[in-house]
Amino acid sequence: MSGFTLAVIVVLLAVGAYALGRSRSVSSVSGNLRNLHSLPGYYGLYAACWCAIPALIIVVLWSILSGTIVETLVQASLPSEIAALPDSRMSLFMTDVRNAVSGNIVSDPSPEVQAAADHYQSLNNISTWALTVLALVAAIGGLWLARQRIVPQLKSRETVERVVMIAMITASTIAILTTIGIVVSLFFEAYRFFLQVPLSEFLFGLEWSPQMAIRADQVGSSGAFGAIPVFAGTLLITLIAMCVSVPIGLLSAIYMSEYASPRVRSIAKPLLEILAGIPTVVYGFFAALTVAPFFRGLGESVGLPVSSESALAAGVVMGVMIIPFVSSLSDDVITAVPRSLRDGSYGLGATKSETITKVVLPAALPGVVGAVLLAVSRAIGETMIVVMAAGLASNLTANPFEAVTTVTVQIVTLLVGDQEFDSPKTLAAFALGLILFFVTLALNVIALSVVRKYREKYD
Amino acid sequence: MTDIAPAAPERRELKKRSTSDANVRKRYRKERRFRFYGIAAVSSAIAMLAVLMITIIGSGYPAFLQHELALEVNIDPVTLELGEVRDTDSLGKAPYLRVVRESLKAEFPEVTGRTARRTLNGLVSSGADFAVRDAVLSDPSIVGTTQTIWVKTSDDIDTFLKGQMTEINRWMPDGGATPNGTTGEVRVSVASKAFASIIADVKRRLTTLADAKDERASALKQILATQRTDLSQMRAGGASEDTAQRLADSIASSEAEMQGLIAEVADLRKRANAQESSEPLTTKLPSYLIRINGGLVKVEEVSAGEIKGQALLPLSSDAAATGGTWEIVSYVTPEADRRVKDIEIAWISKLQEEGRIENTFNWSFFQTGDSREPEQAGILGAVVGSFFTLIVTLLISFPIGVLAATYLEEFAPKNRWTDIIEVNINNLAAVPSIVFGLLGLAVFLNLFGLPRSAPLVGGMVLALMTLPTIIIASRAALKSVPPSIRQAALGVGASRLQTVTHHVLPLAMPGILTGTIIGMAQALGETAPLLMIGMVAFIVDVPGGFTDPATVMPVQIYLWADSPERAFVAKTSAAIMVLLAFLIIMNALAVLLRKRFERRW
Repeated sequence: MSGFTLAVIVVLLAVGAYALGRSRSVSSVSGNLRNLHSLPGYYGLYAACWCAIPALIIVVLWSILSGTIVETLVQASLPSEIAALPDSRMSLFMTDVRNAVSGNIVSDPSPEVQAAADHYQSLNNISTWALTVLALVAAIGGLWLARQRIVPQLKSRETVERVVMIAMITASTIAILTTIGIVVSLFFEAYRFFLQVPLSEFLFGLEWSPQMAIRADQVGSSGAFGAIPVFAGTLLITLIAMCVSVPIGLLSAIYMSEYASPRVRSIAKPLLEILAGIPTVVYGFFAALTVAPFFRGLGESVGLPVSSESALAAGVVMGVMIIPFVSSLSDDVITAVPRSLRDGSYGLGATKSETITKVVLPAALPGVVGAVLLAVSRAIGETMIVVMAAGLASNLTANPFEAVTTVTVQIVTLLVGDQEFDSPKTLAAFALGLILFFVTLALNVIALSVVRKYREKYD
Repeated sequence: MTDIAPAAPERRELKKRSTSDANVRKRYRKERRFRFYGIAAVSSAIAMLAVLMITIIGSGYPAFLQHELALEVNIDPVTLELGEVRDTDSLGKAPYLRVVRESLKAEFPEVTGRTARRTLNGLVSSGADFAVRDAVLSDPSIVGTTQTIWVKTSDDIDTFLKGQMTEINRWMPDGGATPNGTTGEVRVSVASKAFASIIADVKRRLTTLADAKDERASALKQILATQRTDLSQMRAGGASEDTAQRLADSIASSEAEMQGLIAEVADLRKRANAQESSEPLTTKLPSYLIRINGGLVKVEEVSAGEIKGQALLPLSSDAAATGGTWEIVSYVTPEADRRVKDIEIAWISKLQEEGRIENTFNWSFFQTGDSREPEQAGILGAVVGSFFTLIVTLLISFPIGVLAATYLEEFAPKNRWTDIIEVNINNLAAVPSIVFGLLGLAVFLNLFGLPRSAPLVGGMVLALMTLPTIIIASRAALKSVPPSIRQAALGVGASRLQTVTHHVLPLAMPGILTGTIIGMAQALGETAPLLMIGMVAFIVDVPGGFTDPATVMPVQIYLWADSPERAFVAKTSAAIMVLLAFLIIMNALAVLLRKRFERRW
């Protein structure tokens, strides 16, 4: 029985437990509900908790861990000549075994693989059976225990509320766990990368060419991990995106909040929001299909060589994507500027535009800066547009008409396809990911603190 | 200022007024300009949206249509190797491709030779046999009869028929034309100089070609010049012999290329300027076909009064055709740059005349999984994959999100720990999505050993990603429930949890659901983290469960966008339209929920 069906069975049992617990509590006071400590439903929930929670914990843990454990056992039981294989061959062998087990094999497996696969299969069967028995025993045992405990004096509501409280606290720590998971996994893999490639080379090297040469005479596969060109490419594209999104986004926000009639606003604002809701892969397709050839053609007509994967195309489309982000954040901070400041300015005879540029914007400046920082962090982390429209090869240049590559593009190209977790090529993606995570984190923290400071000023 | 001369104040007043007027005018101009900037910004953003939408819809709508071809298929049991037993199994496995090919062969008996046959077979999709198989399986009694079966045309033919491959011009010259034969090499002569327009057209084209090559040659010349100086500097500077030699080799090959180009240009220019009467047409030039007497002649050599060419479709007679009954059709893209050749065009035009090609709605786009053949590729696999993934995301992120939001908003004590959680959630909301993919790869795949490409893992990763959105939205919804509700519930003796579950949560539910739907829409459009966990594999089958290999709609779009076939551009746009339709539905639902149920207190 698979973990999923088992979980469904346990949940069904818990529903039964609810009915049982409820009716038992009612019968324990022979229908006189006043003598119960809690409402009968709480006794039902109490029984259901006892039935379901231990069993579900077993199912989840077992499903997560059994694969690894079974594999370790299979590896441990392999004949010595196979166990002595180097790691890379070993992982290939295990892939064969797994394929043989799941039945999607291309060629006939060798006897060793077949033997290991049989062993694997039998262990898997044992594991499944053990899980089924264990989970059902836990569910039924819990149910029996709960049934024994249900007496009129039992403070079942308090127990149930405590369980719910624990569930809520656990749920809120998931966010922390996610962050810890990100940091630990990135650190761990990046650490393994830095064992092979020195940190200084990664941070300050000028050449990025992560393909490792298989033969010595291969060209262009030096295995260089200097990330400066990648960072420079990211910054170039981000800069272009900002040049598009900040003026347009800011001016739209000003127009919407200060000039536009409610009718115009009610039409234009949702339209801008649509721009924010379009998936990035669509922007990427648009950039590659329409914008890049457009710039190329434009460049050709004035005699400028523009690459078909130019930073300009990717940056402009990314800028368009970020416009609504900048405009809605700036809109918030502009509307948060108190009326009294505007009235004071109008009272002195200033025109609307003078009020905006000389009074409202300076007052809203910290918020606008925060918005721009958040937008930068957004642009740095954006993946699909650059994967589809920017280049793959690193290129240390400030020319927006050339193809450059970015951190996210490199992560995707290094990790899509075959992965070997012992080669620096794969691990480099995690090192880049670590940098990406901390840079965006830092930008967000700065932006949020700037915004918060500003808020304190007027509230 | 009392000692001002009597005449002065007036003048000064006047001057002052005029300067202040100018000032005010200037300020007002500035005001208008500023306002205009705002309008320009908003309209440019909206224009971008419009361009995006128009591009997508314009390039995507042809994918919802597909040209189909009616084949007279003789379902011959011998060709199909069907024995006496005709159960579903043997009928399902029979080689239907053979009968499809036989039927095409019967259609065009004049086509002989392996290459020509292969080209002919390429008219229909390589999945055409499935249509025959399905027809046989649904009614086995048709075995042994001849049936009209509609099969899909191949993607190239489809693209051509949709007019995306080449510009087509047709015109009917005045005056009669006389062919001198019906098959093979045919000359068509006209009394008037009806073919002069073709010659003019060809000469123009030759000049353009020559200009392009000329440009390339002069560019090469410049490059050569710099390379030569480089080389001499290198030699003088004592660079290694190896690199110098490499450069010298490259110079030699560029030189050869340039000389070749110059010769070609000279030749082209000579042809373009020549006044001689006839001009041969190569595959580098547009194709001209002459439709006359029910046949089709491909022009190979043209002079003002006569053309020489091959009959692609046999003519019914060599009688003279009067003006208005014959026409010249030109296909502007040269044959060498086209994937559909003139002979195929001839076959198609014959079938079209017989009314056997139809443009139908492409239902199979919604009914099949991915394929390497554009005409067979469908979106269903990706839609189902997205559905499974979103179910997992919803099942994980909704309960966890609501529980966490409720705790943080209603129960959590204000202390350092909850502060950390809050800051954390805000930061997680801004972490790039690709980082969640890295987390999924490192933890779910490598540590827990969960299957690659599975909706289960994809859903888990997306759940972690959307969790902050849901928590933030839920907290806002909970916050908007006024304290009086809580006080009233607590006042009648409810416990804190009862207050929340019986009163606060139900009142906040519309807001929470709105936030959840928006989070789900975000998850539906997300691509990058799923690339990390192997959901980019090429998967033909429609997934049947949470652990089957699957792909999702945005990833499918990414995969198709990367495919080189021309027809996949339309498919990609069509898939985007489907994805956007889902997103619009979800967002509309969210807006509706908000409008309908959200209460303002």
